[in-house]
Amino acid sequence: MISITLNDKPMSVEEGITVLDAAKQAGVYIPTLCHMNLHSLNMHNNPGSCRVCMVELEGRRTLAPACTTKVFDGMKVRTNTPKAIKSRRTMVELLLSNHPTDCLICDRNNNCELQSMASSLGIRKIRYSGERMRFDSDTSSHAMIRDPEKCILCRRCETVCNEVQTVNVYSAKGRGFDAVLSTAFDMPLYDTTCTFCGQCASVCPTGALVQRSYITEVWDEIADPDKLVIVQTAPAVRVALGEEFGMDYGSRVTGKMVAALRHIGFDKVYDTDFAADLTIMEEANELIKRIQGGGPLPMLTSCCPAWVRFIEHQFPSLIDIPSSCASPHEMFGAIAKTYLAEKLGVDPKKVVVVSIMPCLAKKHEANRAELATEFPHVDYVLTTRELASMIREAGLSFGELEEADFDKVMGESTGAGVIFGTTGGVIEAAVRTAACKLEGKEIDKIDFTELRGMDGVREATVHVAGMDLRIGIAHGLGNARTLLQKIKDGKADYHAIEIMACPGGCVGGGGQPLLQTYSLEGDKMAVIEKRAKALYAEDADKQRRRSHENKEIQQLYAEFLGEPGSHKAHDLLHTTYTKRGVYNINLPSSK
Amino acid sequence: MSTATEATKYSELDEFIAGLPSNDGALIPALHQAQEIFGHLPFEVQNHIARKLRIPAAKVYGVVTFYSFFNIEPKGKYKVQVCIGTACFVRGAGKVLDEFAAKLKVPSGTTSEDMMWSLDGLRCVGACGLAPVVIVNGKVYGRVEVKDVQGIIDDTLAKGE
Repeated sequence: MISITLNDKPMSVEEGITVLDAAKQAGVYIPTLCHMNLHSLNMHNNPGSCRVCMVELEGRRTLAPACTTKVFDGMKVRTNTPKAIKSRRTMVELLLSNHPTDCLICDRNNNCELQSMASSLGIRKIRYSGERMRFDSDTSSHAMIRDPEKCILCRRCETVCNEVQTVNVYSAKGRGFDAVLSTAFDMPLYDTTCTFCGQCASVCPTGALVQRSYITEVWDEIADPDKLVIVQTAPAVRVALGEEFGMDYGSRVTGKMVAALRHIGFDKVYDTDFAADLTIMEEANELIKRIQGGGPLPMLTSCCPAWVRFIEHQFPSLIDIPSSCASPHEMFGAIAKTYLAEKLGVDPKKVVVVSIMPCLAKKHEANRAELATEFPHVDYVLTTRELASMIREAGLSFGELEEADFDKVMGESTGAGVIFGTTGGVIEAAVRTAACKLEGKEIDKIDFTELRGMDGVREATVHVAGMDLRIGIAHGLGNARTLLQKIKDGKADYHAIEIMACPGGCVGGGGQPLLQTYSLEGDKMAVIEKRAKALYAEDADKQRRRSHENKEIQQLYAEFLGEPGSHKAHDLLHTTYTKRGVYNINLPSSK
Repeated sequence: MSTATEATKYSELDEFIAGLPSNDGALIPALHQAQEIFGHLPFEVQNHIARKLRIPAAKVYGVVTFYSFFNIEPKGKYKVQVCIGTACFVRGAGKVLDEFAAKLKVPSGTTSEDMMWSLDGLRCVGACGLAPVVIVNGKVYGRVEVKDVQGIIDDTLAKGE
């Protein structure tokens, strides 16, 4: 330990930490912009590039950046001198002089770190004018829009993509005034190995990386009297949506969410959890067949579209091991446009399926050609944030809405469907049903707590029907890579593996409410865990907690699909994957 | 350029990469060698290096675009490089660069249509004592002034290859 003086107060700190760390320990706020330390995700972005955290050190002529300056014994730091504040303001003014000023119509209006910084520093005028960098925005993907003009070169996207997700889409390009974060060869995102997990958008301090919004299109569909507009909501949405309206992390707002969707004008409000139960019927059936029929094993879950893109690009040789099951919202769309349309006596062409998802990759997935018949299973995907935006547009007082229930036919779900939204949940749901099928009777055990937790890579052995079922679980694509490499090297002998691309699973998805980074630094995982706990609580409150006990699912099989794995089920509910590779890319022309 | 010679170039590059002691720190030497072999670094070559070294293509592109030494597009027969590092710039390199652009009718950073002349502003070449410095196909001219530009052009043309 060494002694320093921070704003005239002596304190004792560990050697080797930065001035910024020391200030945090003392409860002293130093503004930062590029810096981001999410140590629970193993992400530490510290390029020292924005120069906003400048502080004064006694005996040093120039100011020092708090984020990269290490403490030394006897150091005397002052964080809020007029000189430091003036310098901070100058740095932000310089950033603003090279930044578009269309804040009012930006996706990140009122939720932008640069905007808040300008506001908290009381900037009322930008003293510098001159050339501003000009770049086209990249609208190639259905999931995200990249607007490099709004980039402040903090490099958080690059760090999260390379170090946490190991997808390596971004790199800084060029130098000096021309420098910008870019993809390889300036390729449009759609052509890169991007998985559209959206973690970059969730750490971007500005509007340089944002979700692609379909709110306008959805309002138009709702307004069309000829259309039957059906909405389905993913499990993770109901435990995060409340945050957008000032509620505590992990608040359960299922009933209010359903009420809000009805107020907005959707004709039917259904639950993706119903389709999660359907997924388990198919997936558990596939797992049992693969265990009893000699493989291929392990079977990987396939609910997460970012993870599907990841294996297609990064591990094409393993393309045969994911389950052939389409993801729950896609299964939902396929059933809605066949079984449900028939039941309601509606022309399937007039059925519009909207998915509310905690996810950006689902927007991409909905446009995959494999997931369509005459028309796409799912027409639009909106994120939790977009739903919150629609609720605000409609002028609803969310907190005051009277709770409502999902509509019948595709609205019932079991606890197994609910926990799909968290890491470990899909595989637990599958095991709950597979265990009963393997035993040939209903067993007492419902909670497989050995599959729960927040460690990035987990494994557990579940004893059922006289056999040891070996399960692997990974969340975050970097962790997924670790697990997949083990499989590729023949060093793993799991029966089944669950993978979710986002840290914590869908509860930590790229479409979830953005977490204010400064106050939550290092604790982002704690918030994600609260959302996960809320899902387990909702599961525990359910009367039925195994997918095969879902009455509406039983009815669907009796009236329409036949058996799990039937020909019809295969046609509608299963999909295929494509070997893509990392370097087999469609290169743009260099000249 | 025939396919056969292309293939020879790639195998020459692969041989060089295979001879490097490790993949760590191999990117810059590999890029230097590739530019030596191909004359420039088109995307295909950059992607090829990424694949060989098992590193992200974005990283290779980031490095290529950072260093002014590397060029993605083919260069002309005569490569005129004017140092515009701080020392050269304060001693008038900017005007020298403008003079070359005007005389050759080639804007800085581009190559003439007949592929004869390329003109580039370089970052510091480490010869500040000779500022401003101009390099033409590896030949270094020191303390260049605007009035010397025509002479350098004539000198280059006179020597031909």
